[in-house]
Formats: sequence, C-alpha cells, structure tokens
Amino acid sequence: MKAASAVRPWPPDDRLLHVDVEAGALRDAHVRDLPSLLAPGDVLIVNDAATLPASLHTSDGAIELRLLEPPSADGEQAVRGLLFGAGDFRTPTELRAAPPVVRVGEELTFGGEGGFETRPYEEGEREDRDALHARVVAVEPDAPRMVSVRFDRTGAALYQALYRHGRPVQYAYLPEPIALAAQQSRFAARPWAVEMPSAGRPLTYGLLRALRERGVELHALTHAAGLSSTGSDALDARLPLPERYELPESTVAAIARARASGQRVVAVGTTVVRALEASAAEHGEPRAGAGEAKLVLGPGFVPRVVTGLFTGMHPEGTSHFALMTAFAPRELLERAMQHAEREGYLEHELGDSCLVLPKIGGR
Amino acid sequence: MELKNSAILLTGASQGLGAALAERLGDQGARVVLVARESADLRATALRLRARGVEAHALAADVGSADAAGPLAASAAALVGPLDVVIHNASTLGPTPLRDLLDTTPEDFERVLQVNLLGPFRLSRALAGSMALRKRGAIVHVSSDASVAAYPGWGAYSVSKAALDHLARLWAVELAAHGVRAFSVDPGEMDTRMHRAALPDADPATLVDPAQVAQRVVEMLRQVERIAPGARLSAAEWSAVP
Repeated sequence: MKAASAVRPWPPDDRLLHVDVEAGALRDAHVRDLPSLLAPGDVLIVNDAATLPASLHTSDGAIELRLLEPPSADGEQAVRGLLFGAGDFRTPTELRAAPPVVRVGEELTFGGEGGFETRPYEEGEREDRDALHARVVAVEPDAPRMVSVRFDRTGAALYQALYRHGRPVQYAYLPEPIALAAQQSRFAARPWAVEMPSAGRPLTYGLLRALRERGVELHALTHAAGLSSTGSDALDARLPLPERYELPESTVAAIARARASGQRVVAVGTTVVRALEASAAEHGEPRAGAGEAKLVLGPGFVPRVVTGLFTGMHPEGTSHFALMTAFAPRELLERAMQHAEREGYLEHELGDSCLVLPKIGGR
Repeated sequence: MELKNSAILLTGASQGLGAALAERLGDQGARVVLVARESADLRATALRLRARGVEAHALAADVGSADAAGPLAASAAALVGPLDVVIHNASTLGPTPLRDLLDTTPEDFERVLQVNLLGPFRLSRALAGSMALRKRGAIVHVSSDASVAAYPGWGAYSVSKAALDHLARLWAVELAAHGVRAFSVDPGEMDTRMHRAALPDADPATLVDPAQVAQRVVEMLRQVERIAPGARLSAAEWSAVP
C-alpha cells in the first residue's frame, strides 16, 4: 500500500474503509461518514495526548536523543531516551549511524548558539535561550543506546527548553518534515506522546460535534504513545515499552454504561486499546486514574473492553494488523487490506482510516 | 465552576489586571500558568504566588507570535493538566501616544490584531477541543469599553476589542452545548501602566484598582454557569448572584 506523502490541507477529507464484521462486508466511505456508521450509545474513545517535540540533536550534531517517554509534570524524574548517531529522519532509522559510546555521568548539550530555528520564546531571559543540558544517569547494560537522562532544569523552564530545542519525531517515508502543529489532534492536551497518536488526526471538531449530535458518546484518555521504531531489531523486539496512561472517571463510567447495555466501545487508535486493556488486565475492569501499560497486544490477544477500532491502514504483516485480528476474522481483514491496496487507500501516519466494527451487542 | 485545583492559563500576567488576577485565582486554590513577554516581571509574579503556597508556573511568550500557541497550550497542560480555563488578558494598545487612524500604519494595526485578536484565537483553538471533549471549560476575553465606543485615537485597539467581543460570542455558540463557556468582560478604566500609556493625564483617583476588578472576574468564573453564553459583562456593573 502506498503511504500518504504529505499532510493534507485542513480540514482533511480522508477515506475510510468500513469493515463490517457481522456482514463480513467492506464499504468505501469517508471519515466524515462516521456519524452514520456509529449508533447512538456507542462510546468512542480518543487519546488526547499531544505530541511532544521529542527529538533533540546535540549542538555538535553527533547525537540525536529521542525521548522514549514524556518528562514528569514537574520534570524532576529522569527520562528514558534512545540515542542515534549523526543524521536526521531522511535516513531510515535502521540505516542510521551508531551514536558514540555514552557513559553514565556524561552530559549532552542541545541547542545553544547557532542552534535550531527560533521557537516562540524570543522574549525569554538569557537562560531560556541557552543550551539545554542532559546528564546521562543510566545506560541499559545490554542496550547501550538506551539511556536515562536528567535535564538541567525542571518545570516550566524544562518545557520552554524542550519546545525551543526539540523537534517532533519524523518519518523517513515523507519527503518533508511534518510541523509539530500538523501532528496535533483537535483535542490534544498534555504532551505525553513522543510520536503522534495518528488515528485521531483526521477527526475535525465539526465531526466530533456531529458524532455527539448523533448520540455517540465521546470520551478521552491520555496515553503516552512511544516510539514506533528504534532502528535495531533487538531493540524493536522490546517495543512497546511500558507507557504511562491516565483514565478519567467520566471515561470509565461511560465504558461501564456501554458494556452494561451491550453498546460498542470503539477505540480511536491502538494506543487507546492498550491503555484500556492494560487497565482491565490489571484491575479486572478499567479503573480511573494513572497507570503504566505493560500489556503487549500481540497475536491471539483477546480484548476485554474494546469492541471496535478506528485506526489507520495496516497491511498484513505489520504488528498493527496483528492487533486488528482481535476485532475481526483474519480472512476478512486480509480481504480488507487487499481491497484497500486495489482501491488506492493510503497507509501510515498521514494516510486513510479503517473502522473495524462489530454489531451492537456482539462478541 | 469550582476553581479549587482547576487548571488556568492566564496571559498578560506580569502586571496590572493580569498580576492581580493571578493572585485572586491563586487565593481560590487554582493552579495557574502565567504567560507574559517580560520574563523578569512574570517570574516575580509567579514567585510571589508560590511563596503563598500557590502552584504557579511562568511561561515567557509573545501571544502575538504565530508559533506561540501550540507550545504554550501544551506546556501549560504538561504542567497543570488539561486546562479548565483560559483568560485572554494580554493586549497591546499599539504605539503610544495614541494616534489618529490616518497616522496609524497598517503594520502597527496588524500587530495590534495579532496580539489582541489572533493570539487569543490561536490559543483558544489549541485548548478548546480538549475542553469540549471533557465537557468542561471557560474562555474569558478581557475587553474594553473601546470595543463599543469609538474614541478618537483608539483605532486599532478599539477594532481589536470589538472583534474580540464577537469572537467570544462565536466560541460561545459553537461550544456551549459541549460544556465550554465563553464570555468577555469590560474591566473599566483601571489604574495600570497601560492606562497611563494611553491617557497620561488621567486622574488616578477616578480609576479602579485592578485588584477589585480581578475579584469580580473571579466571581464571574465561579458563577460561569449562570452567565449567558457569549455575554459581554461589565466588571463595574457585576454583582454576585446569590
């Protein structure tokens, strides 16, 4: 399947492949048709994590640090990250040069004079314009590219520096970098995602309004979506790492109501599946509050909470395709992806969407 | 709206009404993110609040800059969680002494619109989707009597505030069904640096203390459910509904 090669003009009018699980049927539609595909009482849950500019290049250009997780709110905890050698996103991660060996106690310096394009804080005090420093406080013994760092500032000063010196993680299949603003959903709040939770990207506010007018319940959770690729098979095998999430009371209550009445719980994106299923796996039911998702949704995974999935196009052989088989027969999904290929649907983060929907009261 | 523990983003927070609002909101137990261009004054305000046990953060930014809204909204949410309230208090008069429209350059006019109108639009746009999704939020626009009266010399500022009032009405009609309130408030003529820049000869005895206005705005927020969506309220005429 071809990938979308650029951000489409806003508002997007992305295509949607509706996989009707009950009928075993495929229907070509658009994302704007969602209100007619869902039913009153269905609960649609989005990940409201904003995307952090999680890629930091050292001033000498020798190292790129990609954060694997967002800093804590106060910025006082060490943050895990992955090191890459010189270069940028135009080189696929698996072809990137290895970074120099980094030891505990060493300091990485980002930005400073002659650094990156000016971010919004032109009027800040001198220390805000200064380089950002991160001290390496841990190196994974069997994976020296995986480190923990402690930044030289906390709180608001840390976030100002990250937004000044950081860039969003990019995708090698795109000819041009995607601006940070173009990576945010219309409902983004806390910048917890180090790569964009892309399923929610095509949902316009007008569409969200139309869904509510239809009687679809819209709710949020926040899930710290991590990196999708590390550039090494050994490290990729460790993905996804445990990811922080938070479920609001109102979301948990809506899920409980939907389950009691046999309504569908539709996740917007695989990160929403991971957060909800991790909470259910740990507590028996999704529980309001913060948690860390350790659950890996591999082949054979049986969801307890989520019944439908709104996601991107994921061809056979990808880990996301394997996850989709938890919501529809494999044969139907294979047919769906062949249909999508033939009909020119686009895959990857900026591509088209797919709705895998069971019948109400089904499963 | 319960302000205790609520997450509030306040622009123009380093002086005048903004600094007074920061203190009053802090007194209510709100967690505040303060924004202003002038970093030193801003930090002083944040430190003063923290000394009183208030959770206050300072982000130095120019709301008139096209790239400021996204990082501001996200940084604020990172610090205090999804935002419940944004107060658009930052504004500029444009060049002072005030001058006739015929003597106002289009560039100066545009800069006033950037700070007073587009800045608030961009920031609300970055925040209101999350508020609507969570069905909780308030957007407060600090207006001026110049938004309704045509005073000679107040051209760009006056036009920007008239448009800001209307922006409040439009947010209100689009968001009210989703639990997000928007309104504007005319603070009246206050004894502030901004007022001195506009009207240096005004008698301070005729001007209102910004702390008094700030208290009224806090009361409005506490009773925001009773405010008609998009209303233009006068701080001087506001009296708390029992």
